[in-house]
Amino acid sequence: MSYALEIKDVHKVFNRGTINEKVALDGVNLNLNEGDFVTIIGGNGAGKSTTLNAIAGVWPIDGGSIVINGTDITDLPEHKRAPYLGRVFQDPMTGTAATMDIEENMSIAYRRGQRRTLRWGISKAEREMFREKLQVLGLGLEDRMTSKVGLLSGGQRQAITLLMASLKKPELLLLDEHTAALDPKTAAKVLEISDQIISENHLTAMMVTHNMKDAIAHGNRLIMMHEGKVIYDVSGEEKRGLHVRDLLAKFEEASGGEFANDRMILA
Amino acid sequence: MEYFMSLNPVALLRALPGSIAQGMVWGVMALGVYITFRLLDFADLTVDGSIATGAAVSVMLIRSGVSPILSLPLAFLAGMMAGLVTGLLHTALGIPGILASILSQISLYSVNLIILGKANQPVSVDNHPLVMSLRYVTSGSTASKLLFFAEVILFLLVLVMVLYWYFGTESGQAVRATGCNPNMARAQGINTKYITVLALMLSNGLVGLCGALYAQFQGAADVNMGRGAIVIGLAAVIIGEVMFGKFASKRKFAFAFTLVSVIIGAVIYYIVYQFVLWLKMPSEYMKMLSAIVVAVFLSIPYLKEKRAQKKGVAKS
Repeated sequence: MSYALEIKDVHKVFNRGTINEKVALDGVNLNLNEGDFVTIIGGNGAGKSTTLNAIAGVWPIDGGSIVINGTDITDLPEHKRAPYLGRVFQDPMTGTAATMDIEENMSIAYRRGQRRTLRWGISKAEREMFREKLQVLGLGLEDRMTSKVGLLSGGQRQAITLLMASLKKPELLLLDEHTAALDPKTAAKVLEISDQIISENHLTAMMVTHNMKDAIAHGNRLIMMHEGKVIYDVSGEEKRGLHVRDLLAKFEEASGGEFANDRMILA
Repeated sequence: MEYFMSLNPVALLRALPGSIAQGMVWGVMALGVYITFRLLDFADLTVDGSIATGAAVSVMLIRSGVSPILSLPLAFLAGMMAGLVTGLLHTALGIPGILASILSQISLYSVNLIILGKANQPVSVDNHPLVMSLRYVTSGSTASKLLFFAEVILFLLVLVMVLYWYFGTESGQAVRATGCNPNMARAQGINTKYITVLALMLSNGLVGLCGALYAQFQGAADVNMGRGAIVIGLAAVIIGEVMFGKFASKRKFAFAFTLVSVIIGAVIYYIVYQFVLWLKMPSEYMKMLSAIVVAVFLSIPYLKEKRAQKKGVAKS
């Protein structure tokens, strides 16, 4: 059987041969089953976001392979991987085009991976469908569909980016610290929307987070990365029983007893 | 006093139709600059070369017996080729955009000389049924002048409608998304390199078309006619935005109004140009004046924001 995602021995070194050389991914192996919702934690530079970027094809990897539902995408450029992937980024500015309308952003996302032809960019039926989807968010955005996205708050933009990522069902949803730039209340709302979209569409998803509580509370599986490797992988019943202190202990063990990471949120 | 006495208001008035027509022609070029500078976020200096390329292609074709109207789409194609070269230098060879466009511009100077055979080639309205000529606005009956302006305005409106339509299509949306946020565009499966080349071709096609129209208007193609064209195009875009930006953005077809305002910006530029010449300012100062206008208006948003930030700091 083929996995929803199969990452085999992926390596990536940045600035090779210079004083800034950094081994970012040091043999990452990971298999995701259809419908898995994996949360990824780890310290700074552990390789969490780098793993997501490797999957998305932001740059070519140095070694290894990445296969999505049986399709080897290792050598595809970023835009050719888009048909398989929905992506939400840490910076709310990254996922949307600020100078374009909400409905235009959505219509672009609805055509993810399709050839862009000389047909009109949005149809009446699509507009109605977008309106319904926006209504479900409960943010009042359905009445502002011709507003420029640049006028919206960070939380609203992330909510729209989430919606955009799922308009055309992706084979894998990549959430890269997508709540890190938001205030706690907004972050909670965006996480709730994420859960909702993932479960309604039965998506396979990966979520990078610095918040251990969130990592435990969401998804069916949790992995911890350290120095470019997956060092801990837990799912099902065992994951549900996790506590933050378990993860801290695990992390301390991995980093050789040294625990000094201010970005790990301990609460 | 003697200076003021020497100024002749009638002369200014008489020159006005010519300035307006010239501004309308350059409006086509300003639309091209708008596409790269505003929509694609690419400072494309190819235009200084491609405008003369369009002019050279049109004039040489007309001189060899091709109809002036047919020379227009061919000049458009020639401009597109210039855009293609800039685009490939940038996307396929990794040369920074502005430098890629300078390389194209410089090599186009040679290309244009080769096409023309010498630095300047005239094309006379006496021998050819030109689609544009200064003569159409300076001599003949008032009715014929008005008819000419009506034709030009109709042509520009059709052009605006075509561009409005294109930038509303899937392909046109991809251009706008690429210019606004290339990361987002790629994440949505848009091949940003391909789109960049496409937009550069469309833009320079318009610039080539403008060159063809302008050469017919002034009755000659000159290898130096594009010098500083980018500054005139930018000035037109900025004048249009500053004067009509707010008005346009509130309308239903905001984008179409924006395009029209860019054309009006070019017309205003040439009216002001004529006015300054009329004040007996030496014409060699004009390029500097244009550059200063562009520099001032481009810096205003930046300075405004800086001031707002300072105020914000002071408050907190």
